[in-house]
Amino acid sequence: MSVEAEVTTTGVKVELPKSYEDIKDLIRIDRLPHIWCPGCGLGILLKLLARAIKNSGIPIEKHVIVTGIGCTGRIGGYLKLDAYHVTHGRAIPFAVGLKMANPELEVTVVGGDGDILAIGGNHFIHAARRNDDINVIIVNNFIYGMTGGQYSPTTPKGAKTTTSPYGHFENPFNVPLLAYAAGASYVARWSVLHQNELYQALLDMFKVKGFAVVEVLSPCIIYTDRNAMGDAVDLMKVIKERSTIDHNANLSDIDIDFSMNKIILGNFVKRERPVSYR
Amino acid sequence: MAQLLPKVGGIFVQAEDELAAINMVIGASVAGWKAMTATSGPGFSLMQEGIGYAVNAELPLLIVDVQRGGPSTGQPTMPSQQDVFQARYGSHGSYEIIVLSPGNVQELFFLTVDAINLSEQYKTPVILLTEEVTVHLWEKIYIPDPGEYPVLPHYTPSSHNGEGFLLESQLHDERGYNVANDPEQSAKAIWRLINKIRNNIDKIARVEIKYADDNPRIFIASYGCTARSAFAAVKMLRRDGYRVGYLRLITLWPFPSQIIRSKLGDVDTIIVPEMNAGYMAELFRGLGYNVISLPKLGGEMPTPEEIYNTAKGVAP
Ligand SMILES: Cc1ncc(C[n+]2csc(CCOP(=O)(O)OP(=O)(O)O)c2C)c(N)n1
Ligand code: SF4
Ligand SMILES: [Mg+2]
Repeated sequence: MSVEAEVTTTGVKVELPKSYEDIKDLIRIDRLPHIWCPGCGLGILLKLLARAIKNSGIPIEKHVIVTGIGCTGRIGGYLKLDAYHVTHGRAIPFAVGLKMANPELEVTVVGGDGDILAIGGNHFIHAARRNDDINVIIVNNFIYGMTGGQYSPTTPKGAKTTTSPYGHFENPFNVPLLAYAAGASYVARWSVLHQNELYQALLDMFKVKGFAVVEVLSPCIIYTDRNAMGDAVDLMKVIKERSTIDHNANLSDIDIDFSMNKIILGNFVKRERPVSYR
Repeated sequence: MAQLLPKVGGIFVQAEDELAAINMVIGASVAGWKAMTATSGPGFSLMQEGIGYAVNAELPLLIVDVQRGGPSTGQPTMPSQQDVFQARYGSHGSYEIIVLSPGNVQELFFLTVDAINLSEQYKTPVILLTEEVTVHLWEKIYIPDPGEYPVLPHYTPSSHNGEGFLLESQLHDERGYNVANDPEQSAKAIWRLINKIRNNIDKIARVEIKYADDNPRIFIASYGCTARSAFAAVKMLRRDGYRVGYLRLITLWPFPSQIIRSKLGDVDTIIVPEMNAGYMAELFRGLGYNVISLPKLGGEMPTPEEIYNTAKGVAP
């Protein structure tokens, strides 16, 4: 049962599933089907983000989305609100500029682990240090998905990617610890399987005054393929079975290693720090 | 590279971004290794700062830019030749640089070696400027045995008179001492960097010319992937009885003005197909020829037929 059937700009007749009924006015149906692979977690995030925006209590026209380059970077293009698709790695400084010029806006950056933490890593820590009043959703799929599977700053040591054919030699970032150490006011980690918790975290994030970071673990078939982990659904099962929720976890103890034996999720940090330029 | 380099004692690193990549190869070059990095347009833009540094510090290294369509993220999976001027003067300040343009996969191999040799010889970064279509092509190639093709040793800058070693991003003298406040010394330092390229153009630059024997008055001049269409067009024109010559720039920069003038003689018209807004055509115009620019944007190669039809319209 569909809520809407429309012939899109791509010439394909698309029907939104029923679970999109409440947010259909926020989706650019004419741009569907989306580019994401079957099993990709990004569609779930799109739905939850749209729902959180809709129920945030902030007028929709005040919400803006800024994305860089990557599979994750395409999320803004499917949302029917002001969305800025900028160059690779630069979503955060672009967003900071928007917020400085127009503090009325609720500015949300959505980016991949590569976009935000590799090429954009410097911007990330400095925006956190200043405690710029923006939201950053980092979709951690442990890899550069869009470009065919190079390692990223969150690729666990030992994982195989196109650029680590003998197993990755480097250590990954512990994203919540990094965000906390750099100065973020709000830090959470969820997965696309934890839909209720993630949705609540997105709502919380909009209320935060200061730099808010939500890390979202999301399966990517490019990563599972290279590491003989089955398909995206198999990785979802791993995330479902092995994750534990601990809001008070010691942040220096929540790395995710290649075995994925320990995945700690939660709303870890909520603190008041002075916000920049206001 | 990730697969092969470790097997021959090399190190492959995928840097966090292109600023890091260019500076990592700069560091490796100073520390005694031959080093290279490869990117496409957006990353090439980010590397410009480091390229300027390597020019000024006189460090040999190789940068490969596989051109895609711009501006900005533009057409990330489509070929172009839009970076020809960025390769020449993309970093700030006055300088000259060496840029090579391979026409096929075999040449990608040999020009990579040549580019590294030139960088060692002239102690400067060299750019291998190619296109998405050329690097994604599968062609049979010949790989010479070690020792069969000349390979220069790596040049590492040494300290002056055994004093501590100074590497300097500001203008400097032969000791590495900053001379930025001295106009005369600064001018000398810049001119030396520029003239080591300009004064050796005929040694550095290479042009391929074909079908010049019957003194054609029309030439089709091109480079890189576009030259393949140009060559096919010249063969079609010749088959149909038109006297048309073929020129391919192997070295884009320094631009081989003298070589072109001396080899082309009495040519009046040069047709320049290229996958940008007509940039290299301007250089031929500057040599005094009547130039027909055939710029093609959008990500598709100019076809031999398109070039053929233009040439047929002006050929005697
Ligand atoms: C300056 C620059 N360098 C490299 C690229 C190529 N590139 C496009 S997306 C991407 C990485 C994407 O990885 P991530 O941010 O993790 O996003 P995902 O696709 O996994 O969601 C890269 C390296 C680019 N567009 N610009
Ligand atoms: S490559 Fe990975 S992140 Fe990109 S759409 Fe496919 S599954 Fe999703
Ligand atoms: Mg990623």
